[in-house]
Amino acid sequence: MSVIHFVLLISRQGKVRLTKWYSTYSKKERTKVIRELSGVILTRGPKLCNFVEWRGLKVVYKRYASLYFCMCIDPDGNELEILEIIHHYVEVLDRYFGSVCELDLIYNFHKAYYILDEILISGEFQEPSKRSIVRSVAAQDSLVETAKEQTGSISNILAQAAK
Amino acid sequence: MNPFSSGTRLRDMIRAIRSCKTAAEERAVVRKECAAIRAAISENDQDYRHRNLAKLMFIHMLGYPTHFGQMECLKLIASSGFPEKRIGYLGLMLLLDERQEVLMLVTNSLKQDLNHSNQYIIGLALCALGNICSAEMARDLAPEVERLLQFRDPNIRKKAALCSIRIIKKVPDLAENFINTSASLLREKHHGVLITGVQLCTDLCKVSSEALEYFREKCTESLVKTLRDMANSPYAPEYDVAGITDPFLHIRLLKLLRILGHGDDDASDCMNDILAQVATKIESNKNAGNAILYECVGTIMSIEDNGGLRVLAINILGRFLSNRDNNIRYVALNMLMRAMAVDAPAVQRHRATILECVKDSDASIRKKALDLVYLLVSESNVKPLTKELIEYLEASDQEFKGVLTAKICSLVEKFAPEKIWYIDQMLKVLSEAGNFVKDEVWHALIVVISNASDLHGYSVRALYRTFQTSAEQESLVRVAVWCIGEYGDMLVNNVGMLDIEEPITVTESDAVDAVEVAIKHHASDLTTKAMVLIALLKLSSRFPSCSERIKDIILQNKRSFVLELQQRSIEFNCILQKHQNIRSALVERMPVLDEATFSGRRAGSLPTSVSISTGAARNLPNGIAKPAAAPVADLLDLSSDDAPAPSSSGGDFLQDLLGVDLSPVSAPSTSQPPKGGTDVLLDLLSIGTSPPEQSNSSASDILCSIQDNNAPLASLNDLTSLSPLSANATSPASPAPVMDLLDGFGPNLQKNEENGPDYPSLVAYESSSLRMTFNFSKQPGNPQTTLIQATFTNLSPNVYNDFLFQAAVPKFLQLHLDPACSNTLPANRSISQSMKLTNSQHGKKSLVMRTRIAYKINDNDVLEEGQVNNFPGGL
Repeated sequence: MSVIHFVLLISRQGKVRLTKWYSTYSKKERTKVIRELSGVILTRGPKLCNFVEWRGLKVVYKRYASLYFCMCIDPDGNELEILEIIHHYVEVLDRYFGSVCELDLIYNFHKAYYILDEILISGEFQEPSKRSIVRSVAAQDSLVETAKEQTGSISNILAQAAK
Repeated sequence: MNPFSSGTRLRDMIRAIRSCKTAAEERAVVRKECAAIRAAISENDQDYRHRNLAKLMFIHMLGYPTHFGQMECLKLIASSGFPEKRIGYLGLMLLLDERQEVLMLVTNSLKQDLNHSNQYIIGLALCALGNICSAEMARDLAPEVERLLQFRDPNIRKKAALCSIRIIKKVPDLAENFINTSASLLREKHHGVLITGVQLCTDLCKVSSEALEYFREKCTESLVKTLRDMANSPYAPEYDVAGITDPFLHIRLLKLLRILGHGDDDASDCMNDILAQVATKIESNKNAGNAILYECVGTIMSIEDNGGLRVLAINILGRFLSNRDNNIRYVALNMLMRAMAVDAPAVQRHRATILECVKDSDASIRKKALDLVYLLVSESNVKPLTKELIEYLEASDQEFKGVLTAKICSLVEKFAPEKIWYIDQMLKVLSEAGNFVKDEVWHALIVVISNASDLHGYSVRALYRTFQTSAEQESLVRVAVWCIGEYGDMLVNNVGMLDIEEPITVTESDAVDAVEVAIKHHASDLTTKAMVLIALLKLSSRFPSCSERIKDIILQNKRSFVLELQQRSIEFNCILQKHQNIRSALVERMPVLDEATFSGRRAGSLPTSVSISTGAARNLPNGIAKPAAAPVADLLDLSSDDAPAPSSSGGDFLQDLLGVDLSPVSAPSTSQPPKGGTDVLLDLLSIGTSPPEQSNSSASDILCSIQDNNAPLASLNDLTSLSPLSANATSPASPAPVMDLLDGFGPNLQKNEENGPDYPSLVAYESSSLRMTFNFSKQPGNPQTTLIQATFTNLSPNVYNDFLFQAAVPKFLQLHLDPACSNTLPANRSISQSMKLTNSQHGKKSLVMRTRIAYKINDNDVLEEGQVNNFPGGL
């Protein structure tokens, strides 16, 4: 029902780095989808087009370094625009992490999700301004930091009081 | 602290997992972590709850079960701090989906957070709601979301807009609440809000015609203005993509305009100029620009007709098609498919380029191009296009051949101008890629050949020739074998030579050679070999000089491990040795299967059908007048008058004809000796595989129908003229040469009892839209059981889909319901379904039945229920 049914990030070795499901898939179906699609996409040659028709839907994928970014859309969706959305996401990741690499996305997988949530909700596109996305994520990060410092200081006080 | 808690940080755990060399090591690490997390959960450990959940999410991504962490998400969401909520909502979206009951527990927390004073917390809640909201949650929380559409911070407004989309998709009834507020979003300057607002309006139009009218009326002009302003705007670094200001907004505006303009001349007029401007001004050297052009072309194709714009659009697609970028070519093909519906001639102009794309190295493009070519074919261009495609068949990849042959065969069937061309093309396909062809395709070819009496000689010679070069293509072999068996005499004597043919000298022995090659070929499967045996039996009569050799070949299968082949071998040998007198009658040419009947049957199960119905189709080969066709069909289709066979697809039907439907053929003769007489005879003739319980009545049906119609069917006449045999089916006392055929298979023919008294048929149910009639019959010797043939007649002008008849009976009755002959009931047509009722209180209680009929009209469910009390007495 969504414009984008799901987003997958798969490494060249077939490891899943991020999955986001906007349409309803059971756990079993999710595993199957991932297995099937990595089989199809990872084996496609480099010069071919970035679209694969799959189970009546279309998967738009693009490879950045060692990672494949895949988004699944309806057959009448705009494939070229999805390529732009993927690129948009990659550029924001790059800005946020500062020349992002696969390892960033492994150790900070939750950040990758937070950023994606600022770009897509319910499979629909949300924000064209990269600056505003990075700013919003950063603002939330700093809220977390402040909270941590506060609890840190409170536990320090408690610890001292206990002595 | 908990002794099991490893206390590792998230980063350490990821590192530990990554350093694992084997899957077993990884499982061990995960198991240990999960044990620690479970322990922490059961201790209700608060300090590390968010860290544990983060770990669980990572473990979840690796594919391990993490359901035990679901409640932790809810606890984190319910806690007060932002960090906890942030990770809690992330876990909620990742670990749960909308179908899980747990989700209901979160509604309350969501409601509180949607009213929170911290806008980032509102944002988290909106995001989660937008991604996992169920219909119940949508109803509960819609008022909150609606209110947030006017929140002061634009970041919340845009999230609320996307959340609203999810809500109205889940519960379309709520759409009207959102119409006014979403219209105000269209005046926003903030691009995020504008984009999501346009998107929301688009989705509102899709679910509500009221919304569509409203936006068309009030917003078309302002949307056009917004698009124009943006197209003319100076460089805006914040939204710039490859020199274009906000392609995302461009595309969404075009999408909404497409819906507003579709089916409305005024709205379409209003947007003509700006569409022309976008189509001409946008740079097409970058992907972003092409994405907009692509969308713009789609909009032009959808809105009401404007010749100039359409030309512009098709030209853009033409340019796309010659682009070197595969992506652009792919989308061009995709859009040309849609353009076919509005302007087919314009698309035809690009035919040559499209044909080139069928040969592309990229599978996605090839497939798309093939789909498009398929649409492009018409009566006028089918010959050159088929030629191209068949030529390409030779060069194509193995994996692509399946799709390609299916399309070619379908085209050839659909558009063939004359039969000989059809046969030629099919032979080319079969010889090139016969192993990729579906069974229906070669079945259809046989039907067409057998119907074209003037082409029998031509076909069998052409097949013989092709067979010499392409013996490895299974389906070609089958067709060739069948034709050689049927028309072997024409092959040898060059009967019916056409002017275009080159003469060919084939001796009887050559023809037998060919068939022998087929049975000995290592790749031949059971079906082929079984067909070869039948062909040999037929040839034994056509070629007396080779009969000894044929017998040898048949006998070679006497020890076959495959029961079917062994059985055929022994039976056929028996015919050859002991029953010379009936052999020539047995191996007469197959009666022609009426094409209309066949394609009608096929249409039920397949989208395509053989549509060659030129005059030749009606000329039956053995000089029979047309009326004979009906009883022939009866003969072939033993079940058409009785209960419909479990499957009624054309494929099965024809398999019966070919005598290759293996399982039922052998089953009756071994497991049902009393009835074996007729069954085995049928087997020998390869004319039927009726289910065992029907065979008695159906066999007599054949005889009856022949007598009724007085059809001068050569083969059937011979059959009936075997007086002992025909007597056999009616009188039990006569001596049975059939017995000999069996060589000990069937000890006794069952005494064929008088059929019970006739029962009047009954209108069991009738409404304004549907009538159900029951016809009754009794199985001889079994008064308790009544066979009911239910006929459903559609009295309305609508098509009923997913038709389902259900019946319930009291305990003293036993009901056996066969599948209906179709689950689609076209207007003013009938379908039938048979059932068997066994009355354990026969003579004491009469039949009674409760019925329920469900079907769909235009996707709307209809249910009709009734009770049948007025069964005729004595059932």
